[in-house]
Amino acid sequence: MSPRTKTKATSGRNDDIGEATRLGLWRQCLEVRHLEKRAYDLFLQNLIKGTSHLSLGQEAVAAGFGVAMRKDDWSFCTYRGHAHTLVRGASMTGVLGELMGRECGLLGGKGGSMHLTSVEHGAMGSYAIIGAHLPIAIGAAWSAQYRGTDQVAVCFFGDGTTNIGAFHEALNMATVWTLPVVFVCENNLYMEYTPIGEVTAVEHPAADRAGAYGLPGIIVDGNDPDAVFRAAREALAKARAGEGPSLIEAKTYRHSGHSRADPGKYRPDEEVKAWLARDPIPMYRKRLLDFGVKEAVLDAIDAETRAAVDAATEAAKASPEPALAVIERDVWADGGASWRN
Amino acid sequence: MAELTYREAVAAGIAQEMARDPNVVFLGEDVAAAGGVFKATVGLLEQFGPRRVRDTPISEQAILGAAMGAAMTGLRPIAEIMFSDFLAVCWDIVANEIAKTRYMTAGQVTLPLVIRTANGGGSRFGAQHSQSVENWAMAVPGLKVVAPSNPADVKGLLAAAIRDDDPVVFFEHKSLYAVKGEVPDGEHIERLGTAKVLRDGRDVTVLALAAMVPKALAAAERLAAEHRIEATVIDVRSLVPLDTETILREVVKTGRVATVEENPRLCGWGAEIASIVAEECFWDLDAPIVRITTPHVPLPSADNLEDATVPTVERIVATLRQAID
Ligand SMILES: Cc1ncc(C[n+]2csc(CCOP(=O)(O)OP(=O)(O)O)c2C)c(N)n1
Ligand SMILES: [Mg+2]
Repeated sequence: MSPRTKTKATSGRNDDIGEATRLGLWRQCLEVRHLEKRAYDLFLQNLIKGTSHLSLGQEAVAAGFGVAMRKDDWSFCTYRGHAHTLVRGASMTGVLGELMGRECGLLGGKGGSMHLTSVEHGAMGSYAIIGAHLPIAIGAAWSAQYRGTDQVAVCFFGDGTTNIGAFHEALNMATVWTLPVVFVCENNLYMEYTPIGEVTAVEHPAADRAGAYGLPGIIVDGNDPDAVFRAAREALAKARAGEGPSLIEAKTYRHSGHSRADPGKYRPDEEVKAWLARDPIPMYRKRLLDFGVKEAVLDAIDAETRAAVDAATEAAKASPEPALAVIERDVWADGGASWRN
Repeated sequence: MAELTYREAVAAGIAQEMARDPNVVFLGEDVAAAGGVFKATVGLLEQFGPRRVRDTPISEQAILGAAMGAAMTGLRPIAEIMFSDFLAVCWDIVANEIAKTRYMTAGQVTLPLVIRTANGGGSRFGAQHSQSVENWAMAVPGLKVVAPSNPADVKGLLAAAIRDDDPVVFFEHKSLYAVKGEVPDGEHIERLGTAKVLRDGRDVTVLALAAMVPKALAAAERLAAEHRIEATVIDVRSLVPLDTETILREVVKTGRVATVEENPRLCGWGAEIASIVAEECFWDLDAPIVRITTPHVPLPSADNLEDATVPTVERIVATLRQAID
């Protein structure tokens, strides 16, 4: 099955997406961009420890789905999951606080950057073992199907993840059980440091495998919020209609290295330059201006999101470290950690 | 009271809970139409239908991942891993995901699920289908670990595991599936985290689990009849939570303690209990702690080799005699 590419040019301001939705996409892209930049700055200031994986350059994927998903849908993402957690509606203070190891963090300091979760927003977790959350996402989809709700589980992962067994187990079972789940592969061309093409049998790591699981191979421009939104909308509708899973490969690129420690020097300059020229945010801004959206409107959203990140940063800095008492809390459903009487 | 086999008690426990709670679902390889490779789930598909009792592909990560995702969104799944040895191919989901997610999310996620699995030796299946891996599960914070020794406990502890809001790894012993025993009529549920004193004696307290329980009881009878040694025998039943109250109380009474463990020696469950006993009632002990375990080898398959590797009644009798003389 040859991949179908969905990058159809958009018609104009009042097309199938419309201005209000586009402004929502614009806002979410900016929220992620500004928050991730702040996370990077806070590292340099040593206020964030450990590791962290930014979505700079990949904002359009999270935003496209964030806007298309329903509030009661579920999302599952990876350690590169600040963006996906934020777009579901989790608070910036909760995200930055968790990165900084503060009491106000989404997980009260017990999870860290790689495990952001906000169940009240349907953000069902960030998973740091490659591939683990694909099978977990099908379980949520199974539960929606079993209970007869029309909720959908959306599962984000990287190109490298298509080479681990859990990917294949989950895709197969999702199709066999006709589960309402959308698998979203963010193909940023690299695993940690190794180009995906060097270690993968096919050109399109997700789309070329889709046929093996009875699914069409779908490729979208992951730097175009409209393209991602349209693909998301279609896949979500298919899942809600009881027609089963989708697998979408979104082509994108990370602007920074794999993680905090990585300057990304293994990438050819030309490649980096070409992708920076396709930075989703200036591209989308231009499209919105071309569609006649007023610059002042775009700038106001930009200013608002920057201010929100500033306020969240201050709130997180002001939050105390977690109380040591939480160490022995919440192993069990009774709230405790006791393993004996 | 009805007489059921251990395998019938599995199906009875699941059926009791599925009838009671529509959120209980069951999945695994060959569990529905075929009724399980050990025939422990026969009849469930007929009784509860294919929506609730589901055959899966050979995809252990997908089975346990699906159970986890379903549990975190409101169902109470029971997942079968055909042989406990196969936990190794989905250990990420068990140890990294299921066990840790509640803690990492500061209690946002609740995982009421049960992983049922056939554990242990005695069937000449060789080293990859015979292991006793209860100590693997015991070593991971966030998992409850249960291993019943008789049909009544299978039903009662399985029901308790299904109703529990935490993940429970439920080790069924494959050499016990054919064993018969009385099971209370009507709804039957036990409490997790409770050991059971099966025999009272003044000389030594013997702690055993699953298939080692009948062996420990048989050894105790022989010690009494042939050597006038009276042993207390405790069925530990639950490794996590661990009923240290019962265990320590009975150890103090006799001043001697022995464990009978099917897991290989290093880091077996008895090592943890031995350390608790040594720390907390050392001055009540009259003799060194004794551990009777499978030696630290993979399990061989020939009849005589397997029989001589796992603790036998003879070995238990001989070891205890020597320890007490
Ligand atoms: C099972 C497993 N193997 C290896 C790793 C180490 N690791 C972390 S991220 C990563 C690269 C993943 O690449 P990809 O799926 O493309 O995601 P990306 O980081 O590009 O978003 C690797 C190998 C891991 N976390 N888990
Ligand atoms: Mg990648």
